[in-house]
Amino acid sequence: MINSFKKNIKGIVIEGITLVSALLIIAIVIIMLLVIFIGGKDTLSWEFLTSFPTEGMTKGGIFPALYGTALLVIIMSIAAVPFGTITAIYLTEYAKENSIIAKTIRFAVRTLAVIPSIIYGLFGLGFFIKFVGAHIDGAFFGGELRWGQPNLLWASLTMSLLTLPVVIVSVEESLKTVPQDLRAASLALGATKWQTIRKVVLPGSISGIMTGTILAVSRGAGEVAPILFTGAAYYLATLPGLSDQFMVLGYHIYVLTTQSANVDQTLPIQFGTTCVLLLLTFVLNMTAVILRYRIRKKKNR
Amino acid sequence: MILDKIDTKNMFLYYSGKMALNNISIQIPEKKVTAFIGPSGCGKSTFLRSLNRMNDLIDGVKIEGKVMIDSINIYDKNIDVVNLRKKVGMVFQKSNPFAKSIYENIAYGPKINGINNKHQLDEIVETALKNAAIWDEVKDRLGDSALGLSGGQQQRLCIARTLAVNPEIVLMDEPASALDPLSTAKIEELIVQLKELYTIVIVTHNMQQAARISDNTAFFYLGELIEYDKTRKIFTNPDKKQTEDYITGRFG
Repeated sequence: MINSFKKNIKGIVIEGITLVSALLIIAIVIIMLLVIFIGGKDTLSWEFLTSFPTEGMTKGGIFPALYGTALLVIIMSIAAVPFGTITAIYLTEYAKENSIIAKTIRFAVRTLAVIPSIIYGLFGLGFFIKFVGAHIDGAFFGGELRWGQPNLLWASLTMSLLTLPVVIVSVEESLKTVPQDLRAASLALGATKWQTIRKVVLPGSISGIMTGTILAVSRGAGEVAPILFTGAAYYLATLPGLSDQFMVLGYHIYVLTTQSANVDQTLPIQFGTTCVLLLLTFVLNMTAVILRYRIRKKKNR
Repeated sequence: MILDKIDTKNMFLYYSGKMALNNISIQIPEKKVTAFIGPSGCGKSTFLRSLNRMNDLIDGVKIEGKVMIDSINIYDKNIDVVNLRKKVGMVFQKSNPFAKSIYENIAYGPKINGINNKHQLDEIVETALKNAAIWDEVKDRLGDSALGLSGGQQQRLCIARTLAVNPEIVLMDEPASALDPLSTAKIEELIVQLKELYTIVIVTHNMQQAARISDNTAFFYLGELIEYDKTRKIFTNPDKKQTEDYITGRFG
């Protein structure tokens, strides 16, 4: 009798602990979102999104940071999506499942995915700027400093390396959902392997490529470390081109909170910028989740 | 004179070193229906798939011996597999239309062969659908998705798709096994019509089906070709006891 009572208590306590820690997660998310939203809601406006910072970044908007973020993720996607898709095609369509080369590639992709993002930043600095950029300057501009310094292009390419595994994994997953029967049907009609990939496999996995792209964009929009040394700027009065440094949302938050002469005055803008960044990544991730759900549903049909 | 369209000589097939087909020699006549029967795992489908080299897609398959089609060994080094498969088409067990319109499914083969003339494509599509006895059912909705068709219609669409590349031989791997009796009857009727124009080789589990539609029947068992003769002979007076046991339902 006493024994079973003890057991009951123990059970209740353990259930309680697990429940509390689960609820804690929800609470943390809600508090975080509430604080940021309440702090930022008065700042958010069309004008905030479309105007330049003014008065030492204590007033005005975040347009250049938004613009820089958009360019960053677009150039990053142009580099990462084709490269990642082609790699995924090799892995699913050409490589033998257990060949050494396929295993090596998969290992490399997994490794890329776990490298801390600051390392990407250092790699971008060392490789793109000090090596590629400097050699371009040496070869075409007589050593004048043009490409051998941080800029939008190098930052975007660095970011594309970081997001490459996301693209590869998403595209590979969706290529695998295209039934083997369809490949066989196409080949049996006298199509070459490449025709089969181009006309049957890829059209069947467009949504997977989209998912990969969106996830990569969402990741790239939020990361700061890889662009810290490769192109992010504190403040710019003009909009950047490929060879210019650029402002970006994540770094803008960092600048406002730590580098500003008057941190308290920038508080509304900090909250506003954080809201925008959060909404952006949230919407992108939701879109990717929905797309991925639809792919899985298709696979199970 | 009846020509042997397909002629295999001492053909062996191994899956990762394990023998799956043991010394198959068979002559398949032109413009006839030849049926392969036998219990599951007897090698009949594997053999069918080696006639247009679909086994090439499977890792670890090794083939020895000769598979002659029109007196050319299709396993010769200088054979272009893509051209071979245009000549030797295949219809699969499970209907597998592309997620495209009915029209685009049929036009797929001709298009990859470089036919882009709209008028010419229209003609090929119509002829193929008519030959596969499905034209009347789909002529008013060629732009609709092929996935909206019934199972039986999808399978006839797949046959039409195969016919559209103008093959000489059509291999069918249990084409009616997933269909209801009515759709099966339609496919069988179609196969009998098609032998006017094509050499048909069909794998079937259904012995009545083999008896109804084929001219010749080959009985496979454990990777060996046990007996091959006129269908009537196989089903009324087979030479081998194993064949008799199988067709009378004593095993398999």
